[in-house]
Amino acid sequence: MTNAMELYQMLPKTNCKKCGKTSCMAFAVALMARELTPEDCPPLKEEPKYKESYEKISGLFKPSEGATETGLIVHEDLCFGCGNCVVACPVNVANDPYGVGSGNAPKNAGKLILTIEDGIVKAQNVGECRRFGKNKILCNGCIVTCPVEAIEFV
Amino acid sequence: MEKNYYVCTGCGMLCDDIEVESEKNIVNKVHTACRVGVAHMKEGRESAVFRVDDKPVDEATAISEAAAILKNAKNPLIFGLGTSTNETQKLAIELARKTSATLDDTSSFCLGRVVEALLQNKFKVCTLDDVRNKADVTIFWGADPSDSHPRHLSKHSYFPRGTEKQRGWEEERTAIAIDVRKSHTAKICGNYFFQIPPGGDAEFIDALIAGLSGKLPKTSYNFPPKRILELANILKGAKFGVVFVGLGLVYSLENLEPLIRLMDALNEKANFHLIPMVGHYNMRGFNENLFEETGHVNSVKFEDGTVKHGPEYSIVESLKAKTVDAALIIGSDPLSSLPRSVAKNLLEIPVISLDPCETLTSRRAKVYINTAISGVESGGSATRMDGVKVNFKPVVETTRLSDEAVLKKIMEAL
Ligand code: SF4
Ligand code: SF4
Ligand code: SF4
Ligand code: SF4
Repeated sequence: MTNAMELYQMLPKTNCKKCGKTSCMAFAVALMARELTPEDCPPLKEEPKYKESYEKISGLFKPSEGATETGLIVHEDLCFGCGNCVVACPVNVANDPYGVGSGNAPKNAGKLILTIEDGIVKAQNVGECRRFGKNKILCNGCIVTCPVEAIEFV
Repeated sequence: MEKNYYVCTGCGMLCDDIEVESEKNIVNKVHTACRVGVAHMKEGRESAVFRVDDKPVDEATAISEAAAILKNAKNPLIFGLGTSTNETQKLAIELARKTSATLDDTSSFCLGRVVEALLQNKFKVCTLDDVRNKADVTIFWGADPSDSHPRHLSKHSYFPRGTEKQRGWEEERTAIAIDVRKSHTAKICGNYFFQIPPGGDAEFIDALIAGLSGKLPKTSYNFPPKRILELANILKGAKFGVVFVGLGLVYSLENLEPLIRLMDALNEKANFHLIPMVGHYNMRGFNENLFEETGHVNSVKFEDGTVKHGPEYSIVESLKAKTVDAALIIGSDPLSSLPRSVAKNLLEIPVISLDPCETLTSRRAKVYINTAISGVESGGSATRMDGVKVNFKPVVETTRLSDEAVLKKIMEAL
């Protein structure tokens, strides 16, 4: 993933504030935090001379369209459906102790964050994720248990 | 709410909690199975193929040609069956008896020795369910289940809560990997990965046994003694330990004596069980079925009501010595998996190939019958890597015959 500085280099750098931020750098930071999207910078989106940069930045943020409010991204090409993350996620365990918490098929699929569908992990109910909300903690259950680094938080 | 679960026959885990959405005999969506299992379940194809000498024929012609080959052979080889049901395997044993055949499976160059030893009660064993419910220390030795049996760690051996393991893997389980390379499983094991040089297993076993009795563990490759002692200490403290034995370990040992010694030493200090990491979904079934009939797990030759056994009756040795004069290969592709020098002798004898997929062997076979995918398009029973019997029904229907049905027809035609 890129950093704010690299993003800044691709922005118009005019500090015109049309995006509602005080500077292009602030916009870059907001992009990284996923508060704003590339379309929120009108010059970048509209002016032909920025077309290339616009496409590049949009491309960078493409995978994140699959990302959830918590910033959880699944790299579907890497995931092979081992289910480690599904069984290790504390929210999954709490909501379905005898299903996924015990290594089995979900008994309570609607309440889970992570499930396996067609051999690939699927995220839902991400609002329940321990990294999210008022009492958030730096849970990394699904990250450290993955053999192939298929789950990432941005 | 009772759900309708299917069994996945994608590997020796035989996961029994798979939900499938299908329509008109096409699998659309699979829940809970890993990617290997999903690929296996979605492999299905439509119409049957019967071929003799590379030309399409009807069923009757293919069956009678196969029967003729077996009838004319003095010593046919029957090989494969790792992805066949117990019922099919038993039929194949009967067929071997009838045709005075040599009968073998892939276990003769794989985990057969280990399965044989445990059927002879040389190891303490347990089931995968015991592992989930009780195990506090698991060792993956020369095995990488994350690649070969993707749900192994999540369904049984590391991550799940079990009846006596309620607090989870971080607090109550230790997973250890001993291997020549940092596999995906080794990565999960973190600091408990012990990397040894290729062929270094026997020495590592000796060093570990020394460590278990408080002696200084020495290896010619200077493995840090401190780390071996650290490992020995963890193992000594195990209340319910399991060693998962993979091909890496078996290939590296000349015989099983070091492994038997290690398991005995572990059981003097703690409580340790052994489970072989069987790959094909029913290789263990083949070993057990043949053992029941003959007292051997593979490499047998039937002759006038007697059974001979020995390495000379394995596929490798019998092809090398050219003692077999025809071959019936069921669900296996020896032309690609055996060394060329051995496999080429297979091209000199008539081969009958029963396989759901086209393989190198099926393409060069005199008779080819593409069978239903066992466990997906046909049902039956199988024996899981830990010896537990699992029954399963087909997920979808097919017009192709199961290998069991083909064997029955061949036997009738004989
Ligand atoms: S709208 Fe674009 S150019 Fe203007 S300040 Fe924001 S990021 Fe910079
Ligand atoms: S971060 Fe924790 S709570 Fe959130 S999905 Fe991953 S394991 Fe579950
Ligand atoms: S642990 Fe990784 S590979 Fe396994 S299911 Fe989760 S994301 Fe996929
Ligand atoms: S681990 Fe093996 S049996 Fe289980 S779903 Fe995957 S391929 Fe099928």
